[in-house]
Amino acid sequence: MATETLTLGKALNAGLRKALENDPKVVIMGEDVGKLGGVFRITDGLQKDFGDQRVIDTPLAESGIIGTAVGLAIRGYRPVCEIQFDGFVYPAYDQIVSQVAKMHYRSRGKLNIPMVIRIPFGGGIGAVEHHSESPEAYFAHTAGLKVVSCANPQDAYVMIQQAIASDDPIVFLEPKRRYWEKGQVDLDAPLSGAYPLHSARVARAGTDVTLLAYGPMVRTCLDAATAAAEDGRNLEVIDLRTLSPLDLGVVYESVRRTGRAVVVHEAPSNVGLGAEIAARITEECFYSLESPVLRVAGFDTPYPAARVEEEYLPDLDRVLDAVDRTFGW
Amino acid sequence: MAKGDPGASTRGRRAAPRSRKAATGDPELVQLLTPTGERIESVTGPDGTEYRVDFTDEEYRGLYRDLVLVRKLDAEATALQRQGELGIWASLLGQEAAQVGSGRALRTQDMAFPTYREHGVLYCRGIDPIMPLGLFRGVDQGGWDPNEFKFNMYTIVIGAQTLHATGYAMGVAMDGKTGTDDGEAVIAYFGDGATSQGDVNEAFVWAGVFNSPLVFFCQNNQYAISEPLERQTRIPLYRRAAGFGFPGIRVDGNDVLATYAVTRHALDNARHGQGPSLIEAYTYRMGAHTTSDDPTRYRIASEVEAWQAKDPIARMKAFLEREQIADSDFFAEVDEQARREAIELRERVLAMPNPEPVTMFDHVYPNGSPLLDEQRAQFNKYFDSFEGSTH
Repeated sequence: MATETLTLGKALNAGLRKALENDPKVVIMGEDVGKLGGVFRITDGLQKDFGDQRVIDTPLAESGIIGTAVGLAIRGYRPVCEIQFDGFVYPAYDQIVSQVAKMHYRSRGKLNIPMVIRIPFGGGIGAVEHHSESPEAYFAHTAGLKVVSCANPQDAYVMIQQAIASDDPIVFLEPKRRYWEKGQVDLDAPLSGAYPLHSARVARAGTDVTLLAYGPMVRTCLDAATAAAEDGRNLEVIDLRTLSPLDLGVVYESVRRTGRAVVVHEAPSNVGLGAEIAARITEECFYSLESPVLRVAGFDTPYPAARVEEEYLPDLDRVLDAVDRTFGW
Repeated sequence: MAKGDPGASTRGRRAAPRSRKAATGDPELVQLLTPTGERIESVTGPDGTEYRVDFTDEEYRGLYRDLVLVRKLDAEATALQRQGELGIWASLLGQEAAQVGSGRALRTQDMAFPTYREHGVLYCRGIDPIMPLGLFRGVDQGGWDPNEFKFNMYTIVIGAQTLHATGYAMGVAMDGKTGTDDGEAVIAYFGDGATSQGDVNEAFVWAGVFNSPLVFFCQNNQYAISEPLERQTRIPLYRRAAGFGFPGIRVDGNDVLATYAVTRHALDNARHGQGPSLIEAYTYRMGAHTTSDDPTRYRIASEVEAWQAKDPIARMKAFLEREQIADSDFFAEVDEQARREAIELRERVLAMPNPEPVTMFDHVYPNGSPLLDEQRAQFNKYFDSFEGSTH
């Protein structure tokens, strides 16, 4: 078994390489994905090894990237599009929402758009504006799209391959502040038999409160659970992994045991994923709840200047504060 | 309804035009048939390309038949909308030659990306003309198989399909399907209004940069709903191509012969690996934008009358009569066929069933979704709770 210690970014790179090797119809396209290897180096070395017809440096226009990828998909290709930063996906929003998401439906199943749209998302890297946003709700709200997010190197390696192999159009959200976090990756793990892409998973078992997170906030919640353990509180952390469709079976099972749930995301709380999750937990676990489902999220401001982002982003203390409040009812 | 491709093999045919006219007229407009039906043998374009067609009499008659049939079916669709049988209809009236000329110029292997008004191209591709009526009646959102007919679904978001066409054309090149006589080419349809869209300009950039085997076919029908061409551009649209680094040409879009010649040439260039080009088919939307529109609010009658005199079908008929390619029996027979097909279309539209409500849950995802399965089950349960539900 070839298990290596890789950063999350390198694990994505290895997953993309494997997808290119396994299927000649897979093409990577985006701004600076070729010689540069992407601004985060996620596609590093791929153009060199697979050529500029498989790893395509595109003109600098996001709608063009997604729109031409739709045509390539109709032609039989499996495009993997890189959007350079979360805040730059909006020029492509029409193509994603009106074309990518609806093509299979409008054609009554005659056309598939097996596209993956990779977006580095979230804050915490001290970036200038438009480089730290969390747009997941826009996509999770759109029928016809699926949305996933990885939180560790092993998942990054496997999930990107699963997303590319899927015939569904998938928005693949990469936690950019975690690109440099290391973990063990089994590079020989076969896709068949891998943990299913659209499934949540318990990241840390516990008994007192259920913390729900995805992408960059999974690490924050795990750290919070470690800190809480020192205070004698045993927190369960669930990595949601799939944001559309949500996989809440494991969540309901957990909340029925703990009676308390806190949803954590960087995106603003108003009409965010946390609202949907809270509503559904309330419907399914009403008689088990000891307190309302709480949310710890970004504030309903535009993403602030970098020198105050630490105060904007949910962190260990805000998560623990919410955990405390669930015991206040 | 199906007919052969009149231009699939034009070499060595007889039927050079019997009335010959020098290549005169507007240097910015390729024309092979004047509004009064006079035939111009050939026209030399600005880049030295000689445009001509060399059809047999039968092929000339076939083009006329196409023009009459698509106009008649279109008129029937408008009537069906007026009677409440369609929600809305986007008529092609006046644009028959632009659509039949370009549609017949496509070879079997070529792929087309239409807007929502390309009923004439759809007809030329051999698709059942009832298909778009299902869309506008509201019983489906398309219906034909884009890959089977090499004709994508209609696209209603203005200009979005030009990027799809560009990506598809990139795929053609990546598949190594250019550079030979039987190579593949792609055509992207759009209108004058669409040229203001970012997507169309991005498609121009992409196609130029990647030298894609693509023909941008702009039907300039002079209006984007109510807004005249002057609200979209300061220069003739075909000249925009120069800025993107590929050829642009304007053709008389009411002249089926010139449209055929120019489109066939551009497609053949594309299939041979010579990259994209832009055709501006200069035409006029004789009717409303859609049946919801009232063009008397924004354009004057004399303008419409002036274009009436350039009618694409009248000039083709005048040509066929003058050259004695067709007689009155032929014209009567075509009219009768059109009448019959329109009646048949009407009967079939009226018989179109509404879809079962639960089918709204189908085909959202190729791999399905547990959330939708749950909603479908809840919907069925709710639906079945009504007494006498046949669902």
